[in-house]
Amino acid sequence: MAIFVDDSTKVVVQGITGRDGGFHSSQMLAYGTKIVAGVTPGRGGQKFEDKVPVYNSVKEAVQEKGANTSVIFVPPFGAAGAIYEAADAGCKLIVCITEGVPTCDMVKVMPYLEERGVRLIGPNCPGLLAPGIAKLGILPTSIVKEGPVGLVSRSGTLTYEVVYQLSAAGLGQTTCLGIGGDPVIGTTFMDAIKAFNDDPLTEAFVMIGEIGGDAEEQAAAWIKENCKKPVVSFIAGQTAPPGKRMGHAGAIVSGGTGTAAEKKIALEAAGIPVAERPMDIVPCLQEIWKK
Amino acid sequence: MNIHEYQAKEIFTGFGLPVPGGKVATTTEDSVALANEFGYPVMVKCQVLTGGRGKAGGIKFCETEADVRKNAEAILGMDIKGHTVKTVLITPAVDIESEYYVGMLIDRNTKRILLMASAEGGVEIEQVAKDTPELIFKQPIDPRFGLLDHEAMDMGMRLCPTDIKKARQLASAMQKLYQAFVHSDASLAEINPFIFTPEGRGHAIDAKVNLDDNAIFRHSDYEPMRDLDAEDPSERAAREANLSFVKLSGNVGCLVNGAGLAMATMDLVKYYGGQPANFLDIGGSSNPEKVVNALKIILADEEVKVILFNIFGGITRCDDVAKGIIAATEIMDIKVPIVVRLTGTNEEEGRALLSKTDLVPATTMDEAVKKAIELG
Repeated sequence: MAIFVDDSTKVVVQGITGRDGGFHSSQMLAYGTKIVAGVTPGRGGQKFEDKVPVYNSVKEAVQEKGANTSVIFVPPFGAAGAIYEAADAGCKLIVCITEGVPTCDMVKVMPYLEERGVRLIGPNCPGLLAPGIAKLGILPTSIVKEGPVGLVSRSGTLTYEVVYQLSAAGLGQTTCLGIGGDPVIGTTFMDAIKAFNDDPLTEAFVMIGEIGGDAEEQAAAWIKENCKKPVVSFIAGQTAPPGKRMGHAGAIVSGGTGTAAEKKIALEAAGIPVAERPMDIVPCLQEIWKK
Repeated sequence: MNIHEYQAKEIFTGFGLPVPGGKVATTTEDSVALANEFGYPVMVKCQVLTGGRGKAGGIKFCETEADVRKNAEAILGMDIKGHTVKTVLITPAVDIESEYYVGMLIDRNTKRILLMASAEGGVEIEQVAKDTPELIFKQPIDPRFGLLDHEAMDMGMRLCPTDIKKARQLASAMQKLYQAFVHSDASLAEINPFIFTPEGRGHAIDAKVNLDDNAIFRHSDYEPMRDLDAEDPSERAAREANLSFVKLSGNVGCLVNGAGLAMATMDLVKYYGGQPANFLDIGGSSNPEKVVNALKIILADEEVKVILFNIFGGITRCDDVAKGIIAATEIMDIKVPIVVRLTGTNEEEGRALLSKTDLVPATTMDEAVKKAIELG
């Protein structure tokens, strides 16, 4: 089992004929993900890699192929439109990989999704990889391994770094989830840790945060009250200067809040060890797991 | 993108917010001419992209032409927190009876635009939030309906419980500010303070707006507002080369793929007692041109004594990345040592390519960081 995906996940890729969409669709298919359709307006009737039918709209993909999940690779100006379309067509899980989506667009999208009971992951995220089940996004499959650890992160390559170390130590994963580096995102740390807490196969999990906002602090408070599973954390950006956006739109210390130091204090106060270096995450997890 | 007060006021005026007139000048003579045009008293306000302008002596009340001459002379060229004043805003001074704070920002928790208002105007709102958070009223705005009349009136009445006329002016200003916020794709919009004159007229006498960088593509009219002088030259070069870069003051130049890993790399340099020279996310590309651009920007800083590449090749193959780095370093004449850490897909092939060069290979992040500090 994994969080947010299972054997019934049937994927439609929006932007499947684009450069990135095509490349990553091939990778997802190679991993065994059930991509039942692609969508690119104007390309309806074509086939992707001679097997996946391409439609003009998500509605057609849902009606013809029963797609229930969308993975979005469309450019920033069209990303919000693609999310509305997938939600309206009936997809219950939407993973938006696109980086650079205007924040006001995301603010408008949110109530539309809430009304329809749709889960969004991202935008500006690597997506989700449930080893042995499905890959929705761009996480590299070569580094994952099936096992009992959950991982949730605001970052991409830093996530890969940690997954790599987990797998090398023999600790496989139930689900590796990148929630994205933007200020307004669909699935939050809180949503992910609640799901990991409920997932019977996830025995322990890792939370990789970074500067900006207070999502890590909120998650820490919830974990302290509700979670019995071992959790370790890491926070990137201790050396980030205030007021500067560190790559991710959401990674900024503003008005003196959202610092790595504050997050570390909140996490430790909730009994969650915070690794000093990325390489300390695995030993840290092994240590508290034993107890 | 941060913009100046006068530019924020131009946006506000366009949405009907009451802003006292004003014009900018870059010389003392022009400042005097503008002041004479408006009539006295006037305010001379430095236009720099930082807070605390008043405390630094960059905002002056002037009753006479001589005052304006003296103050404009002093303020133009003044250094305020590392920003040199090149422009002043000359604006008619208004009598202030009361001051309020009205601001909007993107609230990550409610995932909405959040209206914040307080009767504690004219002071640093961060301080109010820290000391007396109960004096700041908040209203999340539903994007489907915008700031509704009753919501705005409720906020207006909280700020001015005994004066319905003022409450209405505040409510109207809040609704106009919301329009300005969403139509300009702001990430922050503040009026601090919104004031009332003794006659009961409301004015937005200061304005602060940050625009969402992700939305600049649909506001080509705002691009000229960018103050190129206020940007560090290296950060400007990086922006023009589409690289995510922040200049710091250390000696270890960092090139990393991915923002999270780039931050973690900087942190690790510091952990081992070194000082990172920058944040730089080179992205997933192995394109030598991108690497060359990044190296040029980092090496323009003479403090940089060593270069550290930290690449986790997930989708990107390490041998491709190695080829890109080798090609880039062959084009350029680089005098400082270069440490390259490559992990992920095809890492052995990548490292085999590096072993034929002067580049210093490393397997783990820790090893790479330690080597870089040693060589730097």
